[in-house]
Amino acid sequence: MRNIWTICRRELYSYFVSPIAWVLLTIFAFLSGVFTYIISASFVRYSLEGQMSGQSMPMNVNEQVIAPLFSNIAVVGLFLIPLISMRLFAEEKRMGTIELLITSPVHDLEIILGKWLASLLMYCALLAVLAADYSFLFMYGNPDWKPVATGFLGIVLQGACLLSFGAFISTLTRNQIVAGAIGFALALVLWILNWTTSFGNSVAVQVLNYLSIVSHMDSFSRGVIDTKDLIYYISMIFLGLFLTARSLESMRWRA
Amino acid sequence: MIQVEGLSKRYAHHVAVNNISFSVEKGDIVGFLGPNGAGKTTTMRILTCFMPPTSGKATVAGFDVFDQPFEVKKHIGYLPEAPPLYPEMNVQDYLAFVARLKNMPGSEIKSRTEQVMERCAVADVKDKLISKLSKGYRQRVGLAQAIIHNPDVLILDEPTSGLDPKQINETRELIKSLSGEHTIILSTHILPEVEAVCQKVIIIDKGKLVATDSVENLKARGSVSTAIQVQVDTRGAADALVVRQRLEQVPGVSKVLEKIIADNRFIYEVESLQGQNPRPDVARAVVNAGWNLLELKSTTLTLEDIFLELTGTHEHPTPEVPHEPVTAPDSVEGGAQ
Repeated sequence: MRNIWTICRRELYSYFVSPIAWVLLTIFAFLSGVFTYIISASFVRYSLEGQMSGQSMPMNVNEQVIAPLFSNIAVVGLFLIPLISMRLFAEEKRMGTIELLITSPVHDLEIILGKWLASLLMYCALLAVLAADYSFLFMYGNPDWKPVATGFLGIVLQGACLLSFGAFISTLTRNQIVAGAIGFALALVLWILNWTTSFGNSVAVQVLNYLSIVSHMDSFSRGVIDTKDLIYYISMIFLGLFLTARSLESMRWRA
Repeated sequence: MIQVEGLSKRYAHHVAVNNISFSVEKGDIVGFLGPNGAGKTTTMRILTCFMPPTSGKATVAGFDVFDQPFEVKKHIGYLPEAPPLYPEMNVQDYLAFVARLKNMPGSEIKSRTEQVMERCAVADVKDKLISKLSKGYRQRVGLAQAIIHNPDVLILDEPTSGLDPKQINETRELIKSLSGEHTIILSTHILPEVEAVCQKVIIIDKGKLVATDSVENLKARGSVSTAIQVQVDTRGAADALVVRQRLEQVPGVSKVLEKIIADNRFIYEVESLQGQNPRPDVARAVVNAGWNLLELKSTTLTLEDIFLELTGTHEHPTPEVPHEPVTAPDSVEGGAQ
C-alpha cells in the first residue's frame, strides 16, 4: 500500500511540475465552460419562449442541461485521456528510470496501480473544473443532486477504464507521442462502436454496442446506476490493468 | 556475497552472456572488464533482477535472483549506465522518493538523505532541479540513490563514463571510500580504472569469461621480467655504443636495447633479471660517467596489454585510421561538369 502511494505521489508531482497538467486543465476548463454556457443558454432561451407563448412546457434542468453536458464531457474526456496516460511508462522507459523502479523492492502491481491511480487523480482534477461549472446551475436553479452524483461516478469510471488501457499502451513504446496516438485511436474506436446501432439489431451489433464505452455513460447521466454498466466498466478496468501487468513482465524477458 | 554459476542469457539471434561463473567475496571491489558489447550490462541486469537469465544460477547475499528477487532487490544498490533520474525533480525530493521506494522507514528518510548527499558531495545542489545539473553531479546523484538504503552489494554500470578527468577522479575516490561498507561490482572498459579502484578483475569478452583474478596476479602474469626505460644525454661526450656498453656492465642487467638515438640523447630499454632492481645502479652508472640522466621509468606490462592478449585482439587494437582525405578540387571538378 505504501509503495503504491509512493509511486502515485511522485507521478502526480511530475504532472504538476511539468506543463502537461496545466495545459490539460486550461483546455478542459475552456471546453467545459463553452459547453456549459451553450447548453444552459439554450435552455434559458427555450424556457423564455415557452413562457411568452403561454404554453407550459415541462422544463427540467437535470434532463435538459446536466445529462447532455455529461455526454459532451464524456466525449471530451476521450480526447484528453490519452494525453494523461501516454507518459506513464513510455517516459520511464525513455529516461531509463524504469530500471530504478524494477530493481527496487516493489511489486509490478504496485508500480502499475500507483501510476494508474495518479493518472486517475489527474483526471479527477479536470473534473473538478466541471464541478465548478455545475455549481452555477445549483446557484441559479434547483436541480436534483443525485443524477449529478451518478453522472460524476459514470464519468470517473469511464476515465478509469480508458486510463487503464492508456497505461497498457504506454508500456508498449518508449515514445510518448506513439503511445498518445495509439491511445487516441483506441478511444475513438471505443466511442464509435455504438454507431453500429444504425445497422439494425443483430447479435453482432448488440455486442459491439455493449463494448462501446460511451453508451454505458447514458444511464449514469440520467441518474441510474445499472449493474450492467458498472460491471462493464469494472471488468474493462481489470482487463486494462491486467494487460499492463503482462506487458511489463514480458518487457523484462525481452529487454 | 555474490555467486554466479553457469549463467547464460540468449536472445533470438545472439548470445549476450555465455555460461559464465564467478564469485565475489564480501567487501571486495571487483572490476568487471570487457569491450563494449561484451555482456557486462546484461550480467549486471541479471544480478539486479531487472531481467531473468536464460539458464544458470545467481545468488546475491544468499538469495536467488530468480526465486527470491524481492529479497535480492533489498540488498542491492544499482547505478545503471544512464543514471535513473527524474529531470523534473530536485535532488532532495528525488533521493527521498528513492528512499521510500527502497522501503526505508519514514522517520529515517530525512536524516539518511542528508547524510548521503554529504557523502556524495551533492548537498550544495540539493534544491536544484536534476535537469539543471551537470553530468558529473548527475552521476553523483545516481551514486547517492544507489547507496541510500545502505545496501550490502553495489552494482555500478560504467560509473565514470562520459565524465571529464577531474570528475572521473572524484567519482573513483568516492567509490573507493564506499568499499569498506559495501561489496562493489563496477563495470568498465577503461583499464586504468580497474588498476586504480579494484582489487579483483573479471574479464569477459563476447559473453564469455576470459579471466578472473586479482589485479596483482594479473599484472604479474605479464611481467616476468621488468623493463626500465632510460634516457641519457651525453652532451656529446660519448656515442651510443659507449653508453650501451656502460649500461650492460651494471649488475642485474640482462639486456640493453637501443630505442631512439637522436643527437646526443639516447633512449634505451634495459631489461633486468627477475627479482633484481637495477634502477639505482643504472642511475649511478650514468651520473658517474658524467652524463645527464633525463628519464628513468619502469615499463611493466600494463593491464591493457594483458587485456588485449587475453581477448585475442593484440595485433590491431583498432588503430585510429584517418579518413581518406576528400580532396576539395575533385568535388569542384565534379560540380563543374
